[in-house]
Amino acid sequence: MAIWLVQLALDRWRHAEDCQRGEGADAEPLVLITETAHGPRVDAANDAGREAGAEGGMMLADARTLCPQLKVAHSDPAGDLAFLERLALWVQRWGPWSAVDAPDGLLVDVTAVAHLFGGEVRLLDDVNTRLEAQGLSARAAIAPTAGAAWALAHYGPASAILAPGDDGAARLAPLPVAALRLDADVLLVLRRLGLKRLGDMEQLGRDAVQRRFRGLRSPSANPLMRMDQLLGRVPEPLLPVVAVEPVLVQRRLMEPIRHRTLLDRVLADLADDMVRELEGRGEGARRLELGMWRVDGEVVVRRLEMAASTRDAAHVCRLFAARLDDVDAGFGIEMLRLRASWSEPLALAQAELDAAAEEHGTSLAACIDRLTVRLGPDAVRRPVPRASHIPERAQGWQPPLEPEQASQHLFDFHDRPLKILERPEQIAVLYASPDGYPRRFRWRGDVHEVVRVEGPERIAPEWWREKGSVRLRDYYRIEDGAGRRYWIYRAGLADDGRGGMPDWFLQGMFG
Amino acid sequence: MDLSAFPKAAQLAPLGQQAPRWRPGLARGAARELHNEVFASADEAAGAACALALALDGMRNTSADRLEEKSVLWVQDAPSRRKTGVPYRPGLPRELRHRVIHVAAHKVEDALFALEEGMRCRDLACVIGEVAGNPQALDLTATRRLSLAAEKYGVPLFLVRHDAARDTSSARMRWQVRSAPSPQPRWNTGAPGRPSWHAELFRARSHAPGEWILRDDGTSLAAERPGARTAIPQDREQAATPDHGDLAGAAGAGPLAAR
Repeated sequence: MAIWLVQLALDRWRHAEDCQRGEGADAEPLVLITETAHGPRVDAANDAGREAGAEGGMMLADARTLCPQLKVAHSDPAGDLAFLERLALWVQRWGPWSAVDAPDGLLVDVTAVAHLFGGEVRLLDDVNTRLEAQGLSARAAIAPTAGAAWALAHYGPASAILAPGDDGAARLAPLPVAALRLDADVLLVLRRLGLKRLGDMEQLGRDAVQRRFRGLRSPSANPLMRMDQLLGRVPEPLLPVVAVEPVLVQRRLMEPIRHRTLLDRVLADLADDMVRELEGRGEGARRLELGMWRVDGEVVVRRLEMAASTRDAAHVCRLFAARLDDVDAGFGIEMLRLRASWSEPLALAQAELDAAAEEHGTSLAACIDRLTVRLGPDAVRRPVPRASHIPERAQGWQPPLEPEQASQHLFDFHDRPLKILERPEQIAVLYASPDGYPRRFRWRGDVHEVVRVEGPERIAPEWWREKGSVRLRDYYRIEDGAGRRYWIYRAGLADDGRGGMPDWFLQGMFG
Repeated sequence: MDLSAFPKAAQLAPLGQQAPRWRPGLARGAARELHNEVFASADEAAGAACALALALDGMRNTSADRLEEKSVLWVQDAPSRRKTGVPYRPGLPRELRHRVIHVAAHKVEDALFALEEGMRCRDLACVIGEVAGNPQALDLTATRRLSLAAEKYGVPLFLVRHDAARDTSSARMRWQVRSAPSPQPRWNTGAPGRPSWHAELFRARSHAPGEWILRDDGTSLAAERPGARTAIPQDREQAATPDHGDLAGAAGAGPLAAR
């Protein structure tokens, strides 16, 4: 069964404005618009707007010319899609599973279901009545395939039913080719070829159409593939909508609590409940939200995100304990609710005995969670290589437990320092050798005598990232008289025309 | 109080003489010191590099770490990040590059918390910390906490103290480290060679103090007495530490993706 919500965006707008169709705010001409690169474009127009000449796809300026008193509201495609997903779950009252057919349709599997509602006619009546009661104008049709049901819902007679015994090809022949769910450019090609109805394609012969569209693999670009799907000659997989209920546990308290010790007690109980729920589903929580309802109606929410999914109540309590210090209980908290808004499959494992954790220490994920909760997520990171020649850009940081991306090897003969300064520090060259590197320089108030040197290693600026005025760098590996090894560079050349005499910087320290 | 259980002063004296001298690879035995402090200047990376070399020496000689590659936690407080910079992955020892987890703490208290949490974690090979100066929070009590945690969970700690005075501490081994002139490479004699450090063990619970020139030659930690270096024949040393030696072999053996 296919359900087409004819005016989904407008129905939602009417619902938001709380008015019936053609009454109140809806009595005046109105269009829903989107801002595009070429100016506002009309998405949908209400009845009065259509009478005045506005249509979907028009530019707003054109519509205003036809009807100057046109009212305008912004459309909300993301909200429409979210509404459609919720509706897809609701329509499972008529069948075991349903699929979203964006932007404004739904597909419901009603195989062997119709007799529960007293036949297919009664089923369609029920669909129309209930959707109308929700304020949605809808067209529904039942057919053996999803494609045929879609075609009938959009272009067939109202409440059309194609029974399995009927001759599908004959019944569908008078429908326009747009009923094949094709892309707009393919429809244009078909119209130019003079193919207007599905019957025309059958008459033209399969080979002729096949030759024209043989390179196109996508179903929405190939009319023959769509035709086969329509008539049930090839299967058409659909992606069903499955409701995922987040795990939620809550405690209502007889007496509002105002003290931290009691709060910790309730939190421990909630965590135990949560662990039991998660265990039943074979999952572990990645994100937890603790909502605390105060007596005066305020809600305090604390969120927690973990590096790996967990089902350890003590660990959860410990992480939350750091977040509960600044909770203002006011006149008391009367309800607590713990919700796992993101959970991942986690196989059952032997429970770690408390003594074992005390004896052998914590796991890496638990350790990183504890560090992240206290120090913040940006403080605990792993250095990873990045594709760049510039030394400070060749190292990136990522969360410690994420897998590392593959990258190219470094050359072994490129010696790199053990530590790199967060920003290169300028050094004052006191005496430079004729070869161009410093013999003696001052850094952080000390004079260093260079006794050994290797270089230069020239690193050119990355022109695809930086401005043209950035200077190249000549890196030298040096060792001073006391054996201290540094990585210094000269920014630019004296005659490169990108500034005056080049400066020297110290960027890294070797071991 | 029964004093007979305690050793007499006469018995103690030979113990001090019997104490073994420190040498690389001691971690193979039971005498593994878990709480180490390395004092160094903030104007050179010798402290961190020597701590890494000591940590690597311990990891190479502990059979458990060879079976699985555990991560290394590297904690720095804000002043030491500002003065000595952050670890740079291409310059880290090859076997540690992909295993380092860096913690950038703001305050010393946070750094100490991270060190202690790291030592409680069974999935870490060792913990390296860097703290600049002599902060108030790092007193005898704090170091005692660290010692107890290290010995309870068996995760070694190497705490680098930048520009710090030798205050009271319960660390089991305390080193003073500075850079030493590196050995001459074989081909480009004007270039700096393999990093060497002059390390002085000035306080250790079970070892006699001493001074060494330490150098990590890729597979193990080499230690020699400071005066002995000149005695080594030049050609033997070159054969032992070929700089940039088998580049073709190393490039061919490694996978294309960086580890």
